[in-house]
Amino acid sequence: MSELKFTLQDPNEKPAGPSGSGVERGTESEHNGADSQVATVVAESSQSAGSTPLVELRDLTLQFNGQTILDCINLKIPRGQTMVIIGESGCGKTMLLKTVVGLIKPTSGQVLYDGQDIHQLNDLEMTALRRKFGFVFQNAALFDSMTIGENVAFPLVQHNLAQGRQLRRTIVEALAEVGLPENVLGKRPAELSGGMRKRVGLARALVLDPELVLYDEPTTGLDPIMSDVINELMLKTSRRPGVTSLCITHDMKSAKKVADRVVMLYPYSRLPENESQILFDDFPSKLDQCPDKRVTQFVRGQAGERLMELRKTEVDAYQDTPDLSSKYAK
Amino acid sequence: MSSGSSIDNPIRGTGRRPNGSNIPEPLYRWFSDWGEMVVDAMVTVGDMAVFAGRMFLWLFSTWPRKGTLLPNFYHVGVLSLPVVALTGTFIGMVLANQSYTQFADIGLESRLGAVINMSLVRELGPVLAATMLAGRVGSAMAAVLGTMRVTEQIDALTSMGANPIHYLVVPRFLACILLIPALSIMADFMGIVGGYFYSVIMLGIDHYQYLNNSRQIVGGWDFFMGIFKSFFFGGIIAIVSCYRGFNCQAGAEGVGRAATASFVFSFVLILAVDLLLNILLDAVYVTLWPHATKQLL
Repeated sequence: MSELKFTLQDPNEKPAGPSGSGVERGTESEHNGADSQVATVVAESSQSAGSTPLVELRDLTLQFNGQTILDCINLKIPRGQTMVIIGESGCGKTMLLKTVVGLIKPTSGQVLYDGQDIHQLNDLEMTALRRKFGFVFQNAALFDSMTIGENVAFPLVQHNLAQGRQLRRTIVEALAEVGLPENVLGKRPAELSGGMRKRVGLARALVLDPELVLYDEPTTGLDPIMSDVINELMLKTSRRPGVTSLCITHDMKSAKKVADRVVMLYPYSRLPENESQILFDDFPSKLDQCPDKRVTQFVRGQAGERLMELRKTEVDAYQDTPDLSSKYAK
Repeated sequence: MSSGSSIDNPIRGTGRRPNGSNIPEPLYRWFSDWGEMVVDAMVTVGDMAVFAGRMFLWLFSTWPRKGTLLPNFYHVGVLSLPVVALTGTFIGMVLANQSYTQFADIGLESRLGAVINMSLVRELGPVLAATMLAGRVGSAMAAVLGTMRVTEQIDALTSMGANPIHYLVVPRFLACILLIPALSIMADFMGIVGGYFYSVIMLGIDHYQYLNNSRQIVGGWDFFMGIFKSFFFGGIIAIVSCYRGFNCQAGAEGVGRAATASFVFSFVLILAVDLLLNILLDAVYVTLWPHATKQLL
């Protein structure tokens, strides 16, 4: 089982300041208990035990227009692991993913790839490093000025890796890998269905044999069957030797199916002070037993007290009028 | 690349008055709005300069692929040619039509050729070609790049190891800057033809007088001046439009705004730069040929 590859975060590496609410400590002590046992497993299961993790986030903070999105995130993703980040919309999942590949510069903190701070690299070094990444975008982000074939060929052509007949063969293979026939090659992205587009996006991300595959909500907006197809494709990809995956989703079925490890992020704006944004960081099987109500609520998909919030804003909306009028009375 | 998003603006006003200040609220807000506008404008100018600088770095370090260049050349050059030729013809005829009555009143209609062709070659040809290009190509570029930004295609490009500035902006810049002189020459030529047609054939000005006057007055320098300026216009169109597209706000409205703003901003900039270049080039002319004088009439 792939869970064997799972390594745990060293609790000492947690952010110094904002860790320490009751819930947070609860999951951490669980970690400590399992730590020695897992560590030995890891030592024999992968070479990464002693070496650096593939991706490491250190005190990652991200602010936009003075609004904090991510606050002091510390995460380590060892080689070969499939990590799934869950969390509600707007909690900064996509931002986190884009920071990892260097599309967004963090306000402070570091993103280490193989021990190297990627935001210190210049444009050319960054371009070279990006050959090792495969990014599957939420809406596939296919270039709509190109055909499907050109889209999948793009990374290969960009890095001068294949030409002519060999290029075509590679593309056809990459498309076959995600279950698409050869006749889609000449079509435009607009002619394909959402599921097909997503698979083309996956094929394009995998065509360079990346070390790190990042998925941005891969199953969102797809029917249940196509979601499962995508899940299977993700599993298939993660079984490739040397592939590390980082997936963000709010599809719990998908998370439980593909993950070696699940991390739950909580929106900074609703987080009590001095608490880590990472509410949960453990095996997917432990999701249901998590003592934190916010985690179980998310996993089960219950609105809970958020319904009260709705009602509150309604009341606010009506009671706000006198305040407004007093503002303009002058 | 690491700094793909625009420079963040940490100073953006919060709209709140600091506690304890005794400035009245409306006055405070008035000042803070103006301040915010000024800061925003400065940030935009600086951001655009950085953008242009990075574009030039890429331009001189790696030549873009032929596959990315040719479609852009086709769009900017070939597809713009008919509309530029058409507007050029009409502006030549309009010039003849407008100036004829004035000149005929003082019996100088035979000098019309010099006036029409001079203003065409020096000013109207290049500026008109640039305007058409800004409207036809510039706003399209902003819209295309804006859509690519909004639908994460630019992020996709970046994540696959292609630099979006190198891949998207440099070919567009080269297409604009290399083909706008050709379009200006086309506008000049068609304007001259249109002006000649209207003056000589419609208004009956003497053929020899018209051409001879033009030949005496309009010289190589005037032609050079127009073409020289057009390089700057092309550069402005490409940089402004691509910048606007790259910094597009989300949604259909953002794309629309980027397209409009790119045209308005590049047109204003074209006219301002036109004036500055005229002053500069006239000074250069006087320095190079101090004794040459131009007599229009």
